[in-house]
Amino acid sequence: MAPSHAEGAPRGPSYLNAEQGLWSWLTTHDHKRIGVMFLAVLLLMFLLGGVFAMALRVELLTPGDTVMGRLAYNRAFTVHGVVMVWLFLIPSIPTSFGNFLLPLMLGARDVAFPRLNLASFYLYVLGATMTLWGVFQGGVDTGWTFYTPYSTATGRDLLPVLVGVFVVGFSTILTGINFITTVHTMRAPGITWMKVPLFVWALYGTSIIQVLATPVLGMVLALVALERVVGAGLFDPGRGGDPLLYQHLFWFYSHPAVYIMILPGMGVISETVCAFSRKQPFSYRVIVWSTVGISFVGFLTWGHHMFVSGQSTFGAGAFSLLSMLVAIFTAMKIFTWLGTLYRGSLWVTTPFTYVLGFIFLLFFGGMSGVAVAVTSADLHWHDTYFVVAHFHFIMVGASLMAFLAALHYWFPKMSGRRYPEGMGIGTAVLIIFGFIATFLPQFLLGNMGMPRRYADYPDAFQPLHVASTAGASLLGFGFLFVAIYLGWSLRHGRAAGRNPWGSEGYEWRSDSPPPEFNFHAPPVFPRPPHDYGRPSAEGEVDHAA
Amino acid sequence: MPLEDGTRPVVPRAFHFGDESSREDAAHLGMWIFIATEVLLFAVLFTAYALYRLTYPDLFQRAPAHMDVFLGTLNTFVLVTSSIVVALAVDSVRKGRDFAGAALLALAVLLGIAFLSIKAAEYAKHVRDGALPGAWYAYEAFAVPGANLYFTLYWVMTGVHAVHVLVGVSVLVTLMLRTLTGEFGARFHTPVALGGMYWHLVDVIWLFLWPLLYLT
Repeated sequence: MAPSHAEGAPRGPSYLNAEQGLWSWLTTHDHKRIGVMFLAVLLLMFLLGGVFAMALRVELLTPGDTVMGRLAYNRAFTVHGVVMVWLFLIPSIPTSFGNFLLPLMLGARDVAFPRLNLASFYLYVLGATMTLWGVFQGGVDTGWTFYTPYSTATGRDLLPVLVGVFVVGFSTILTGINFITTVHTMRAPGITWMKVPLFVWALYGTSIIQVLATPVLGMVLALVALERVVGAGLFDPGRGGDPLLYQHLFWFYSHPAVYIMILPGMGVISETVCAFSRKQPFSYRVIVWSTVGISFVGFLTWGHHMFVSGQSTFGAGAFSLLSMLVAIFTAMKIFTWLGTLYRGSLWVTTPFTYVLGFIFLLFFGGMSGVAVAVTSADLHWHDTYFVVAHFHFIMVGASLMAFLAALHYWFPKMSGRRYPEGMGIGTAVLIIFGFIATFLPQFLLGNMGMPRRYADYPDAFQPLHVASTAGASLLGFGFLFVAIYLGWSLRHGRAAGRNPWGSEGYEWRSDSPPPEFNFHAPPVFPRPPHDYGRPSAEGEVDHAA
Repeated sequence: MPLEDGTRPVVPRAFHFGDESSREDAAHLGMWIFIATEVLLFAVLFTAYALYRLTYPDLFQRAPAHMDVFLGTLNTFVLVTSSIVVALAVDSVRKGRDFAGAALLALAVLLGIAFLSIKAAEYAKHVRDGALPGAWYAYEAFAVPGANLYFTLYWVMTGVHAVHVLVGVSVLVTLMLRTLTGEFGARFHTPVALGGMYWHLVDVIWLFLWPLLYLT
C-alpha cells in the first residue's frame, strides 16, 4: 500500500514531461506547474526589485547626487518598494512553493479549485503588468504606501498602479480561498488537523489573513482612485475628510500583510529545521498555536505604524502592547526551533545554513520590532533608517532567507536534480554576511537621525552608507551565484532520487519530480509528519554530497 | 506518455474529489469564504460612514430628509422579494423542478433589473439637484460643510452595491439559461445554490445601506 517506497527510479512520466509544449503549460490546471510558473515570474520580479535596490545603494554611496537626481531617486525607491512588496514578497512563498506542495503534503491530487488556481496566476500576471507599466509610464513617486494626501495630489498618473495592485490583490484572495478550502476538504484519510505538516499550518494562517485583509486594501485603493478622479474628499481635509482614515485602512491590510510575508517563511523553517536536525519538532502544538495567534493578533496591531500620525495615548498604548504580543508568539516559535536543534543530528546543508541565518536574523529583526513598538522610543526612530533596517531584517533577513531555504530544500523535489552543495553553502554564508553588512549600519544610521527616503545626507553619515552599499554588493553577487548554479543544475545537476534529504515530510513520499497526479496509488500516512523519532524505513540518504 | 496513435491514456481527472458531495462541500466552503471577503470589502465603507457620522452627527441626521425615502423603501421590498424568489428557485431546482426553477430565476432577474431602474431614477434626480460626489457637489438645498461627504459616501456605497447587483443579475441570467438547457437539476445544482448565496449577500448588504442612508 505504501506509495512507491522501495524503488529508486520513478515510474512513468513526471509532471514536467507528462505533456509537452508551451501551450500545455499555459493552460495547465496542475498545481505543480502553476507553482513553477509563479516561481518563474516571481524570480523575475525579484530581479527587477533587486536592480532598483542596487541603484538606490549606489546613489547613497556619496552625499549629494551620485548617479541620479532627487525625483529619480523617489521614483527608484517607489519601484523598489512596489515591486518587492506587492509583486514579490506578498505572493512569494504561498503561490510558488505553497501551490506546489500543499496538495502533496495533504496527499491530495490537486488543490480544491484547479481552474481558479490558474485564474489566480493570470490575474497576478495581469496585475503585475499593469502595475509595472503604471509605475514606469507614470513616473510614480509616492513610495509603496500611496499615502494621502500626497498620492491624491501628486501630478503623476497613479491610476494604473492602483488598478494593478487591486488586481494583484484579487489574485491573492483567490489563492487564499483555494488554500483554505483545500486544507479543509482535501486532506487524505488519516491526516487530522493535528497531523497536518507545519508548512500547511503556516499556509492556512496566511490564507486567512489574505482573505480577510486584502479586500480592505482593494477598497482603499479604489477610494484613492476615486479621490483622484472625482475629488471624492474622503481623505481630503479641504473637503471635510480625514487623511488619517487612509492610514488606518491602509495599515489594517498592510500590517497583516507583514504576516502574509513572514508566516509562510516560518512554515518553511519549521519543515527544514526538523529535516536537518533529524528530530521531530520540539513542540508541534506550540508552532501551530503561535501561527494561529500571529494570524489573529496581526489584525490588531496596525496602529503602531501611526504613533506619530495623531492617535490617542490610550490607542497608542493598546497598539504598542498588542504589537509586543506578536513578539511573544514569534519567540515561542524561535525557542521551539532551537529546542528542535538541541541535541539533534545536525546536517549542514544549504537549506540548513539559511535556517540558521533565518533564526538569527529574525531574532534581531523581531527584537528591534519590540524596540520600535515602544511608543516613546518610536518617536525618535520613526521614519528613520532604524525602521528601514528593522523591516528589512524581517522582510529580507527572515522572509527571503526562508524563500532561499525553500528554493534549495525543494529544488530536488521540483526539478528532480541536485545542485552543487558546497557552492550552495558558500553562497548562503556570503548572502547572510552580505545582508548583515548591508543593514546593520542602517540601524546605526537611523539612530543617528538619517531619515528614510532621502537621496542626500550629511558627510558624517558617509562611512556607514559606504558599508551598507558594500554589503549590498555582496548580496547582489550572492544572488547572482544562486542564479548561476541553480540554472546550471536544472540541466546538468545529478539526478536527485526520490528523497535526497531522507526527509519525513509527506511531500517526499511521491517521486521527485512528482507524477502528474502526485501519487501513483492513493497515499497512506501511517505516521505523523516530521516523525524522525524512529529509524527511517527507507534509509536511502545520500550523504556523499 | 503518448500512446502509439498519439493520444494520451485516459486518466480519471475527476478523481480529484472522492464524490460529488465532497465537491459540493468544497464549493460551499469556498463561497462562504468569498462572502467573507465581500463583507470586509463593504466594511471599509461602513467604517468611513461611521467615522464621518461621528464627525458630523447633526448633518448625518438631517441628510436623509434629502433622500427619496419612498423609492429607497420600495427598492428594499423589491430586493427582499427577489431574495425570496431566488430561495424558492434554488429549492425548485434541488427538487428536480427545473422549469419552475428557471422561471423563478427569470422573475428574480426582472426584480433585480427593477431595483437597478429605480436606483437609476434616484441617481438621475440627484444629478439634476447637483447632489454629486466629491468636487462636483453643488446641491443648493443642503450646502453645509460636510454635506458633500455624506453624498460622496451615498454614491460610493450604493454605487459599489449597484455593481454587485449588476454582477448578481448576470449570474442569475447565466444560471437561468443553464438550468433551461437541463444542466442543473436534482442531481447537480451546486452553482445554483452558490449563485443564490451571492444574491442573498447583495440583499443583506442593502438591508444595512437602507436604514443608514434613508432612515436615520
